[in-house]
Amino acid sequence: MSSEAMAAERPNYLNATTGLKSWLLTLDHKRIGILYLLGVSAFFVLGGIFAMLIRLELVTPAGDLVQPDAYNRLFTSHGVLMVFFFLIPAIPGVLGNFLIPIMIGTKDLAFPRLNLLSWYLFMAGGTMALGGIIAGGVDTGWTFYTPYSSTYTMTAVIPVGLGVFVNGFSGILTGLNFMVTIHRMRAPGMTWFRLPLFVWSHYATSLIQVLGTPVLAITLVLLVFERAFHIGVFDPTRGGDPVFFQHLFWFYSHPAVYIMILPSMAVISELIAAFARKRIFGYHAVAFASIGIAVLGFLVWGHHMFVSGQSVYAGTAFSLLTMLVAIPSAIKVFNWSFTLYQGSVSFQTPMLYALGFIGLFMIGGLTGVFLGTLGFDVHVHDTYFVVAHFHYVMVGGTIMGYLGGLHYWWPKITGKLYPEFWGKISALLVFVGFNLTFFPQFLLGYMGMPRRYHAYPEEWQVLNVLSSAGASILGLGFVLPVLYFAWSLKKGPLAGRNPWGARGLEWETDSPPPTLNFDEPPVMNHEVYPYADGEPGSTSGMKPASAH
Amino acid sequence: MSDIHVVPVKIYVAVFLTLMVLTAITVAVAFVDLGALNNVVMLGIAVAKATLVVLFFMHVKYGTRLVPLVAAGGFFWLLILFGFTLSDYLSRGWLGAGTPWMR
Amino acid sequence: MSTAHPAVLHHQFDTLEQQKESATLGMWLFLVQEILFFGGLFMAYMLYRWRDPQAFAAGSHELDITLGLVNTVILIASSLTMAMAVHSAQTDKNKALVRYLVATGILGLAFLVIKYFEYSAKWEHHLVPGPNFHFPELAIDGRAEIFFSLYFAMTGMHALHMVVGLVLLGWLLVPAARGRFNSQYHNPIECFGLYWHFVDIVWIFLFPLLYLIGRHYHGAV
Repeated sequence: MSSEAMAAERPNYLNATTGLKSWLLTLDHKRIGILYLLGVSAFFVLGGIFAMLIRLELVTPAGDLVQPDAYNRLFTSHGVLMVFFFLIPAIPGVLGNFLIPIMIGTKDLAFPRLNLLSWYLFMAGGTMALGGIIAGGVDTGWTFYTPYSSTYTMTAVIPVGLGVFVNGFSGILTGLNFMVTIHRMRAPGMTWFRLPLFVWSHYATSLIQVLGTPVLAITLVLLVFERAFHIGVFDPTRGGDPVFFQHLFWFYSHPAVYIMILPSMAVISELIAAFARKRIFGYHAVAFASIGIAVLGFLVWGHHMFVSGQSVYAGTAFSLLTMLVAIPSAIKVFNWSFTLYQGSVSFQTPMLYALGFIGLFMIGGLTGVFLGTLGFDVHVHDTYFVVAHFHYVMVGGTIMGYLGGLHYWWPKITGKLYPEFWGKISALLVFVGFNLTFFPQFLLGYMGMPRRYHAYPEEWQVLNVLSSAGASILGLGFVLPVLYFAWSLKKGPLAGRNPWGARGLEWETDSPPPTLNFDEPPVMNHEVYPYADGEPGSTSGMKPASAH
Repeated sequence: MSDIHVVPVKIYVAVFLTLMVLTAITVAVAFVDLGALNNVVMLGIAVAKATLVVLFFMHVKYGTRLVPLVAAGGFFWLLILFGFTLSDYLSRGWLGAGTPWMR
Repeated sequence: MSTAHPAVLHHQFDTLEQQKESATLGMWLFLVQEILFFGGLFMAYMLYRWRDPQAFAAGSHELDITLGLVNTVILIASSLTMAMAVHSAQTDKNKALVRYLVATGILGLAFLVIKYFEYSAKWEHHLVPGPNFHFPELAIDGRAEIFFSLYFAMTGMHALHMVVGLVLLGWLLVPAARGRFNSQYHNPIECFGLYWHFVDIVWIFLFPLLYLIGRHYHGAV
């Protein structure tokens, strides 16, 4: 038995203490990451069930499975759970929490108690939203547009709105914690330009969470006041302006799209470097592109409001500014592609997700440029074209990155290897299923099928059936990892410190890491991504511990 | 370690007295008709008071460079919210049809 | 680094200085989110006042300028006592620290008591938005209601922050009375001070924006 195999039996963050209480009151960022993993997975399953019901209804043109009222509640529940309780917290909560302190070479986040509080706020918000969904649901769509949400609907807007409000503070506190940690806790020698791009991207995400989320919070407070006390800020019959709600809502919710995609880009940068065996091409450009996306993201929210009654002059300005976001996004895509050039690329599961991400994000991003174009948006507004576009970004982007990252760091988190063969199968299923689900929706939207209806004319059935069929393949692709990850916990071979032969401080400590992350406080005495360009990749797949 | 900057009590008292004087001025000016200038003076005084509190009571004058940057960033983002939202409302009447929202 | 880990140093930090700088930065980032939180309300105020200047002036005229002024003085005074509390901690004057904290608490409480009397007067005069709302000048009834909606939303959020501040203050008094804070370690006092001053700043804007508009062409007559 090699020394590294024995390392796995040494004290680590998983076996340091035992019992439910040691988990529920833990201050260890790694354990809190695991708590997030459990939380976001639960909400993902619920949101996924709602998605399946939607796709099932849309198999036939007639509205035969559910009534319109129930359908409205279905897509709202799907949207609220997926956006606020899965996409936004998933990567920062699970991977960011686990990895940022290790990557910068410190013992924990700056405020461990606050970190635990973030998780409890997330769970409390999720429980409130879920309570609202059970107690009758909401039929406003995840955007809660006034005056319908504030005055007319009879559904449970207040508990769901308050749930999102509480969860907002979870995100704010996580962002704040990350920013202070990155500013103040870096190991000796870990300069800003030696930070892994994962950390840069999470810093940009945190900026948005701290600067944007409070505006959503006060907007929801006003919405709840409006329903509860009839204060009239958004109610046209009382002199309020419903479009003003959209301004406040999208001031947060457009940047929130970047809260969802930036952490995924964070993961992709790490995966591309590790599996091309090269330093990321244009490291500085990619780092600044993250910050650029975060800042520019605040200047474009009006492109959600082209048909709301917003002034056409503001609409034109927002449309032009929207084009600017394409620049840092393209910088990232080009630099990842250049990194692959003459790299020693190996196609293992995480890399399959990363390559899938690049392709799908490009489609999602480019259709975003279409939609940001004022003239085009007026035609496809509120059609399936929009639905397909943001699912290409949210599923093709965020979830692909999340799954890729989860596979890549699973050996670090658990100390065990998953079966590579099944990993590849699931990556393939996700890619094929995803495209089959959402590409037909571009066509449907272009032909004019509106979103949020439970019935449609018969000529659109073929494309809708294709989409539903794709959704079941996609669902299977999501179930498989659950099975083999669970299997790996029991029977997976030990991972050893660095099964991928990757570079980075997280690979220089045990798998799973000790409670304080490192035996000796690390010193960063070299550049980031120190791959000898073109060094041979680990073509034989993951190396178990004993192979070293 | 004990290189913390201790602000002399004199400065705190001076800031407090200045804030009191500015409060008195802002109330007095509110009763004088200066036209549009009323709002300018009122907000100017409020900004001056807030700046005094931030610089002295909140020690921004004495802290690291990062803190003023963070504080300024917060106010800058506020201006983005104000400016871009108003850009919609202010330009709605430009088409000549009046602002439907103004009724 | 090689010295023993002081008891007040949390495990994730290497030095007290690092801990202090982290706490300060964290508090400032929290205040940044507070700026944007209140910013949404100020945005609403700006928008509706720009549209209905007369209604806002008339509504403002219904507010009690004396009570507003008294509360402004009280709050600025509490900022001074809070600054003195931090000063006392920095100079190892523990008794003075406790005294100044108590003074800050009493001033904060006085602010809320006055606010309570203001609110109840508004209720009696049917100036609370909702079915009972009734404005003396009927022509601008609906628009004045938005002024009062914002008045209650903004001062209510501010008062809520005061209440939270007072709870935190009570919670800090215990370790302060036990002499846990000194020139080496006083992050909690300092961070609480930042919060308290921020709440003061919000009021510095609320007072003129809510109480003092249009006084010249109504009040002078």
